[in-house]
Amino acid sequence: MSDLLKIYGVSKRFGGIQALDDVGLRVRTGTIAGLIGPNGAGKTTFFNVITGLYPADQGEFELQGRPYSPHSVSQVTQAGIARTFQNIRLFKEMTALENVMVGCDCRSSIGVLGAILGTQSNRREERVIREKSLAFLEYVGLQDYTQHKAKNLSYGYQRRLEIARALATEPILLALDEPAAGMNASEKLELRELILKIRDDGKTVLLIEHDVHLVMSICDYLTVLDYGKVIADGLPNEVRRHPEVIRAYLGGAVA
Amino acid sequence: MLKQLFHQASKRDRQRFWIVSAIVLLALPWIVGSIGGNYWVRVLDFALLYIVLALGLNVVIGFAGLLDLGYIAFYAVGAYSYALLASPHLTTQFPAIAAIFPTGLHFPLWGALIISFVLAAIFGVLLGFPTLKLRGDYLAIVTLGFGEIIRIFLNNLDRPLNLTNGPKGIGSIHPIELFGINLSKPISIWGLQIPSLYLLFYFFLILAVLVAIVCSRLEHSRIGRAWVAIREDEVAAEAMGIETRNMKLLAFAIGASFAGAAGVLFAAFQGFVSPESFTLWESIVVLAMVVMGGMGHIPGVILGAILLAVFPELLRSIAAPIQQFVFGSVLVDTEIIRQLLYGLALILIMLYRPNGIWQKPDALKAAHG
Repeated sequence: MSDLLKIYGVSKRFGGIQALDDVGLRVRTGTIAGLIGPNGAGKTTFFNVITGLYPADQGEFELQGRPYSPHSVSQVTQAGIARTFQNIRLFKEMTALENVMVGCDCRSSIGVLGAILGTQSNRREERVIREKSLAFLEYVGLQDYTQHKAKNLSYGYQRRLEIARALATEPILLALDEPAAGMNASEKLELRELILKIRDDGKTVLLIEHDVHLVMSICDYLTVLDYGKVIADGLPNEVRRHPEVIRAYLGGAVA
Repeated sequence: MLKQLFHQASKRDRQRFWIVSAIVLLALPWIVGSIGGNYWVRVLDFALLYIVLALGLNVVIGFAGLLDLGYIAFYAVGAYSYALLASPHLTTQFPAIAAIFPTGLHFPLWGALIISFVLAAIFGVLLGFPTLKLRGDYLAIVTLGFGEIIRIFLNNLDRPLNLTNGPKGIGSIHPIELFGINLSKPISIWGLQIPSLYLLFYFFLILAVLVAIVCSRLEHSRIGRAWVAIREDEVAAEAMGIETRNMKLLAFAIGASFAGAAGVLFAAFQGFVSPESFTLWESIVVLAMVVMGGMGHIPGVILGAILLAVFPELLRSIAAPIQQFVFGSVLVDTEIIRQLLYGLALILIMLYRPNGIWQKPDALKAAHG
């Protein structure tokens, strides 16, 4: 298996705080990679650096063997990394369908003139985008809610819609920032199924998660962060027994 | 009820709806003219210009969610560019220009329309660039300042070079003339005498319909979705691959260009422009049209523009007769009572229809209704 995403030596400092210190990460094609760590370990900061939200002080980034520089969020998305947000960020006043259509638009090239003139090719593309969006909604199980405004969906469905919207940008890598946050047990179970389905359909997933059970049960490979440093990486079973990880999570010296 | 009926209507019914509306619109100046005289046709003409303005501002505020309080500046840019290009002002003030154009500056209207369309778009981008990182209230303050700067420039650019003639304004602007047809004079077709104000109504109507179509096409395209996405959540919009910077500038440019075109027509219609027509109050009136009508909803915005353009004139004409009828004499100055009722109406609309008189129908309700 080849590496889809390779990241070396990422450092990021906020004022006097070294949020990330020489952090690296590798994600293999077609797997679910997990990034875990205690509160304040720098997971979300790292995530935001990869996706272009914060500029890194240092670091090398490689996607599918080609270097990319995460300078702007939109460029990273166009390059093929789609993300969701820890605190759901949907387009609230738009319908579920429109939300996903915005994602699909990422791969469309219709310009202002095409839109104003309403050309044949423009109409055809509009129809294709609509059909594709409906398919993505069905994929995440929201086919009955296409015309609902995003703000009116239940919490679990909003999470799904966010994933559908990210998938609609046709990413190489789907990056989920704490998707299980705030979910109840049954919603978590459904989410687990969905993430596994996405991987089984050939997508690569990077998962940042708090819920250790979820991470341990679905991730193929784990990287553990603490105080902005990678303290362990490997298969879930190896990481589980790693003394540094136990110390970071449980605190104190290991007996 | 009505909305449901419209949604259930078949394609043929819709065709009928458009044909009937077209006939009504064609007949409108004749009906209004025969009842209320030329004064009311003039009000209608202005209402159409306001529709163009409101639709342009709707692109900026309603779609992209960028609160612009200096919008009227682009109207001024359009009006003054036509005033300078098609009036004796420049040739009388500058001998050098008079030497190049010995017969005077007579720029054709359609050319001026294109020029001010582009020029206003450039001004839109100029305003957009420094404000890209600003949101909400902060953006409103900067745009407010921009609007005032343009007005103050127009007011003071009569020294050292007399470019705008300052507060006195520029007069003797060429009337609207298209391909040799002068719309400021009546035209007779098959013995039917069409007055100038009626002709202008038709011309402005064509422009307003064109602008409405362009807005609607944009709204239901990738571009419109990107604007609404930016309005709803800028970070998420960017995460969907939208170049938010370009899209915001585009919204500013398109909104401004409509105002620029409307400004040209305003200058040609009035024959005179002065900075007084482009005060903050005007920006707020157009903003009120967008907000009252239903932000982001094109039919609502058009309705808002018509109501707020016609309503004050209606009040002006009925304030005195009603007082005569009730009290036997005019107790309160009509102008005062007009302002009072106007403000009251705005407050009432905002209290009872906070999302506008004709807001966007909820897609779900429409589908199930």
